[in-house]
Amino acid sequence: MTEEIRAQSYVGFDSITQQIEHKLLKRGFQFNVILVGQTGLGKSTLINTIFASHLMDSKGRFTADEPVRQTTEIQAVSHVIVENGVKLRLNIVDTPGFADQVNNEGCWDPIIKYIKDQHSAYLRKELTAMRDRYIQDTRIHCCLYFISPTGHSLRPIDVIVMKKLSEVVNVVPVIAKADSLTLEERENFKARIREELIYHNIRLYPFDTDEDEEEEIQLNESIREVVPFAVVGSENNVIIDGKSVRGRKTRWGVVNVEDPNHCETHLQDLIETTAQIHYEAFRSKQLLALKEGVNARPAANTAQQ
Amino acid sequence: MPITGRRRNKVKGVQFTIMVVGASGTGRTTFVNTLCESDVLSHKEIDSPETAHVEEGIKIKPANVELEEDGIRIALTVVDTPGFGDSIDNEFAFQEIMHYIERQYDDILAEQSRIKRNPRFKDNRVHALLYFIPPSGHALREMDIELMRRLSPCVNVIPVIGKADSVTPKELKAFKKRIMEDIDHYDIPIYNFPYDVEEDDEDTIQENMELRSLLPFAVVGSEEEVEIDGEPVRARIYPWGVVEVDNPHHSDFVRLRGAILGSHLGDLKTLTEDVLYETYRTEKLSRAVNADHRDSQLLPEDLASQSVRLKEEQLRREEEKHAFQLREIELRMQREINEKRQQLMAKEAALRNLETRMTAQDSQTSY
Repeated sequence: MTEEIRAQSYVGFDSITQQIEHKLLKRGFQFNVILVGQTGLGKSTLINTIFASHLMDSKGRFTADEPVRQTTEIQAVSHVIVENGVKLRLNIVDTPGFADQVNNEGCWDPIIKYIKDQHSAYLRKELTAMRDRYIQDTRIHCCLYFISPTGHSLRPIDVIVMKKLSEVVNVVPVIAKADSLTLEERENFKARIREELIYHNIRLYPFDTDEDEEEEIQLNESIREVVPFAVVGSENNVIIDGKSVRGRKTRWGVVNVEDPNHCETHLQDLIETTAQIHYEAFRSKQLLALKEGVNARPAANTAQQ
Repeated sequence: MPITGRRRNKVKGVQFTIMVVGASGTGRTTFVNTLCESDVLSHKEIDSPETAHVEEGIKIKPANVELEEDGIRIALTVVDTPGFGDSIDNEFAFQEIMHYIERQYDDILAEQSRIKRNPRFKDNRVHALLYFIPPSGHALREMDIELMRRLSPCVNVIPVIGKADSVTPKELKAFKKRIMEDIDHYDIPIYNFPYDVEEDDEDTIQENMELRSLLPFAVVGSEEEVEIDGEPVRARIYPWGVVEVDNPHHSDFVRLRGAILGSHLGDLKTLTEDVLYETYRTEKLSRAVNADHRDSQLLPEDLASQSVRLKEEQLRREEEKHAFQLREIELRMQREINEKRQQLMAKEAALRNLETRMTAQDSQTSY
């Protein structure tokens, strides 16, 4: 334990925190998320709902002469959102064509490759770039995996892909279009999914690390209880009790996206938490894993440097 | 509308077979149970996680039930296809369904060709195939297009949107429109309640036009009942409202049921027996006659249904043919070379002969 010294007169270094904060605020936070799931599960709508802005267009087929995609494509869009002076640089990667074919063997390969490529690119830049320069970070921080609301269990492709993805990225499973399930069906479905995820040893975000404090462990626990998140997205507004909220209007009622009984918005908190608190821990872990991988192939890397 | 097949025993009822196809979770099982108002099919067994993800492939399971619709008794056979679309590679599942349908045709073909026919023979031909499209809200996927396209030539395909309560009315309208545009674009001959403007009467035309405009039928099924105004109603209960199965504003279930088990039951049977089956029969018999020549004249639908193994066999046969041809060329060349060599040797021998004779002559003259 080092002894704390109190200076005899004011030095002025207490403004360091403000300086760092100012720098961070100016630079903004970078958050990269990848969306994985079949067409028509509401991926684009969900992102537009979470960030309350039209950030992406659906990549589904909307006209008869649009051909059916034959492979999984990777398409990224970038946006900068500002809220109360805090800048969020958002990178959203969509994967149209995933699991849409008759034979879906290997449709996850382009996704895994993309994620790994971003890691390698960043590592290379970090090892070569000047220390104080800001590196453009395209590494994926979070993967939202969309589960179709069948109400039964996970499909073989869900199990395989989530397992492979969880090895390279933080996976957050989401039950899409949850408004097609009654509350009872939803709870049963979630329980089934949780069982299967545990059985297959699929590691999901958030996972506890040794450095986590009590508070963080509690937060993680509470999030884990709700996973997979049952979500409903909407970019349209409806009037409920005189208030204008985002929702879906049907002939038998109105689904309120902002009502926690209708849709679990913990997801928003989760994403924000990921971006701010756990980012550093994740980053160092991934870098470590990568460095170990890199050291195993010294010849290839030194040639690139 | 008169129902053909009345010559059968009235006590037993009219025989009718429908097949339901769709990925698990599209509402297939619930729909059938709702249609028959009883638990005809059992839901997917929620086993332990150890077996849940195992790819079992497709199982084709027929089940029988007695129904009554508008005073007419129907001996309904429902063929369920659990496991369809659940595997990573679903090519095999397509074949299985195709083969099942064709097997029923083969059975009756064999039966009809017998000298002594079995009076108790059960006709298991599928009269209607309900294909469940998942409610994505976009348009058809490759899976949907492929299935309907491959099966339409041999069975009446009626597209259905399952779990239609996951889309709003506005989304549903657009979704239906896009699906029909896709079906049109890909030339998929689904059963679309055909009518003849010249032959049929006004009412029939009206009815068929209406049913055609509802395609694909958006259904909601439920095995649970809830009380509304003191009456038990089949419905699904959400925090934001209640969806009533039999309410035509909420789902097309009632119209679909009325059509396939009532007004159009006869038409579906007739089309199956008189058109689809006859086409298959003609094809099969003529194929038996010209066995080899037919290969190059197979219909595109049949070509599409050839399994991967057949294609591999074809490739192998071609390879063998090429190898054989190559060997023949080699042999021919060898023979030519040998011939040439023999000619050369003969010439050399002749030359040597000449030489010896010449030297012999020389030695003689030098004497």
